[in-house]
Amino acid sequence: MAGRWVGARLRRKEDQRLLTGSGRFLADLRLPGMLSAVIVRSPHAHARIVAINAARARAERGVAAVFIGPDLGAVGRIPMRMSPRAEVVECLQRPLALGRVRYVGDPVAVVVAEDRYRAEDAAELVEMDLEPLPVVTEARQALEPGAPVVHESLGRNLAERLVMGCGEPERALREAPVRVRDRFKVHRHTGVPLETRGLLAQFEPGTSALTVWGPTKVPHFNRGVLSDLLGWPEHLVRFVETDVGGGFGIRGEFYPEDFLVPWAAMRLRRPVQWVEDRREHLLAANHSREQLHEIEIGADRDGRIVALVDRIYADMGAYIRTHGFVVPDRTAAMLPGPYRIPNYGAEVLCAFTNKTPCGTYRSPGRYEGTVVRERIVDRLAGELGLDPAEVRRRNFVSPADMPYDVGATADYDPVVYDSGDFRGAFDAALEAADYESLRNRQAEARREGRSVGIGIGCFVEKSGTGPWEHARVEIDGSGRVVVFTGLASLGQGLETTLAQICADELGVHPDDITVVHGDTARIPYGVGTFGSRGAVVGGNAVAQAASALRERIKSFAALRLELSPEDLVLDAGRVHPRGVPDRGLTLRELARAAAPGQPLPPGLEPGLSASAIFKAPMRVYPYGTHVATVEVDPETGRVTVMRYVIAYDIGRAINPMIVEGQLAGGLAQGLGGALLEELVYDEGGQLLTTTFMDYLLPTAMEMPEATVIHVLEKSPSPLNPLGIKGAGEGGCTGSGAALANAVADALAPLGVAVTGLPLTPATIVASIRAAASRREARR
Amino acid sequence: MTERTIRLSVNGREYERRVAVRWTLADFLRDELGLTGTHLGCEHGVCGACTVVMNGAAVRSCLLLAVQAQGAEIRTVEGLADGDTLHPLQEAFWEHHGLQCGFCTPGILMSFACFLEEHPAPSDAEIREALAGNLCRCTGYVNIERAVRAAVTKLAGGRAGAGPTGA
Repeated sequence: MAGRWVGARLRRKEDQRLLTGSGRFLADLRLPGMLSAVIVRSPHAHARIVAINAARARAERGVAAVFIGPDLGAVGRIPMRMSPRAEVVECLQRPLALGRVRYVGDPVAVVVAEDRYRAEDAAELVEMDLEPLPVVTEARQALEPGAPVVHESLGRNLAERLVMGCGEPERALREAPVRVRDRFKVHRHTGVPLETRGLLAQFEPGTSALTVWGPTKVPHFNRGVLSDLLGWPEHLVRFVETDVGGGFGIRGEFYPEDFLVPWAAMRLRRPVQWVEDRREHLLAANHSREQLHEIEIGADRDGRIVALVDRIYADMGAYIRTHGFVVPDRTAAMLPGPYRIPNYGAEVLCAFTNKTPCGTYRSPGRYEGTVVRERIVDRLAGELGLDPAEVRRRNFVSPADMPYDVGATADYDPVVYDSGDFRGAFDAALEAADYESLRNRQAEARREGRSVGIGIGCFVEKSGTGPWEHARVEIDGSGRVVVFTGLASLGQGLETTLAQICADELGVHPDDITVVHGDTARIPYGVGTFGSRGAVVGGNAVAQAASALRERIKSFAALRLELSPEDLVLDAGRVHPRGVPDRGLTLRELARAAAPGQPLPPGLEPGLSASAIFKAPMRVYPYGTHVATVEVDPETGRVTVMRYVIAYDIGRAINPMIVEGQLAGGLAQGLGGALLEELVYDEGGQLLTTTFMDYLLPTAMEMPEATVIHVLEKSPSPLNPLGIKGAGEGGCTGSGAALANAVADALAPLGVAVTGLPLTPATIVASIRAAASRREARR
Repeated sequence: MTERTIRLSVNGREYERRVAVRWTLADFLRDELGLTGTHLGCEHGVCGACTVVMNGAAVRSCLLLAVQAQGAEIRTVEGLADGDTLHPLQEAFWEHHGLQCGFCTPGILMSFACFLEEHPAPSDAEIREALAGNLCRCTGYVNIERAVRAAVTKLAGGRAGAGPTGA
């Protein structure tokens, strides 16, 4: 492959429409006769539904209908998309609550009216007679005897217990000369894309066809779910993706509304649109991250890790949603990270609570696990009197160990790193941070009484989840190249990167390629976009299809030019004999010559098109190191991030500009999670952070004063022809860890123990005070 | 529902419309005039996605009622380019990858279209502070700052070339 476009910093194909206000987001769509839906949600965290009275709401002018749970009939529960488990079927969510509500935000009724203003008026008139029940809001408490039970049918709050590991962790720990034990918390926060969720559904009674706009991530899978729940043939259900305002794991899963809106459109025989508001988004869309870890590490006197044992409490919220146990499972699967840990044991206890159900958020499980592992490694360094960098150097898995079996499992599959030089990325980050002189400057700052800290976060990411992805490439009748992909676009620049891959195969400019995605009527198969899989699995599928098409193009051209295909080249939208650019045929001429009805030799099917299913049975593992330098104001608890370095090896970058953008964006989210964002519940299960005044997203002012991003391409994956590893999450993965370690380092002289996230001004001031009173008590 | 007739100019075009008094300016622009480039990210005045320029000031169209725009001159993202020629800010955002999903972008463009008219030569710190009024969840802001700086240079060059004094 020539590689002219793969690797180029090409500006994006998507941008012109987005910059001029011509993008089409869900809320921008209008259909004649369209109605607007509003969901009525439980105000209680746990209650028995005595009665729902919608009579007054139904009587309101402009209201087309109000539906409550029993109106849906015998509809099923929303199934798990990932690793379904029969034991928790009764704990899956219904589209509308029946009998009980289990969190604040649980959908109770749907109001459909002429416009959103009227729908919201009517929603206030829906009377809910709810009898409050005892509430449990904390995972560990939920597992104690006597705790209120969220799902009576299950009879307990333990949703799942996962166990994994290798070697003899308990014995190795007992015999380890150095042991450090601690407890770390990662708090509840989530993706919060700037565009809320939304759906538009249209039913055409004449043809029985149902079209749903808006579900973007795994459209083909979700179409199957909707088809099952509605009992409607799959070929009559069409899902269409729009432009979307960010995904981050949260968007495009099958939520209650993904049933309710199409169902209402079918029932009312009018288009129905639902656009979530921000408060609703924070209450209703998946939450994530909330875990408590009780971890112990053992090492020899040289600082080589011999054992790691962790017990993890994972808060699942009130129902099992589509992601099932993916987040807790991946936390334990990836906890060992870049270090060689011969004896590893993890026990994960997944508990129901009366809070919003949980799903994935960028670097699911890895962000959390990396915080915990990197904190305990720093504590180990402290125990040994070694620099944190030195302990890491002594423990990295080396390139010679690849492929490396970690000894953990993800969905019962062994975690086997495909390739990597973890030490190399670490060195690159420390060099960019100028680590040694940074330590000197820190010492100077400390002498001046300033609380400056340096934190390292090393990690391994996981990407390229299979099992496959589909692509088809065709030359249309006008000679234009069209790529059809089974991936979805959530704002990452997929139309550009896939065009770059295809352009190299077919010798055309990326601008002359159209990428079609997210329409189940035009694309027969697709898995979708999540977990940094798009470029890896979808990108290789496009390369494979385009390469097959190139050979077909050459076969047709060879016939016309009476030459052998080997003597032909594709360049600038033409096929010509090698070295004779004047002779040849345009793609347009060839597309017409290959059309059905033209005389063709036996064995050559008509049409300039090729499709491919790229299979990816094994995941691929990018990796990197973050280095944060912070200053903490001990009076106010404010953390200023002075300098931030990311080195991330993704094997091969299709478009380095886009990769750097992904890393900078991931860092902002990780930083927000570490320092600002928190979904706070009170004891009664009320969510207190339902606006952007309470749930604080980082602004430009909170970002590091200087950020250095190194995209490394040292270890291409041996598991796919393009050598790609996913680039979407590594900017986030190490950031909670690096920031927590930096704050801990800054506050070490004050005796402060940093035992988790978030590091908000309030938590920092509280921990400084706690340290002061501990010192006081010792006197 | 109480209604009023309002007259206003949007992107240089005059409109006269009956509007319910409780409708926000954002909903009016999007639903009544079909200008859906103005986006709604929070509907409580924090995220800035709905920013438009009204009578020369950047405003949050989710916090204004349509009737408050009676007689106003409004600019939205649809009016930023000059025909097929992109505004220097739009060009710079494209060139420097200052957007990913593009949802917050119209609001940021309009905030800076207004800001740069008042501050033609802002410092990096001033750009950052001005940007802090808009939330972006994708970019981490780095490339937005870069793009704004590039647009500042371009705009200054344009002015220097156009004016007789080159000031």
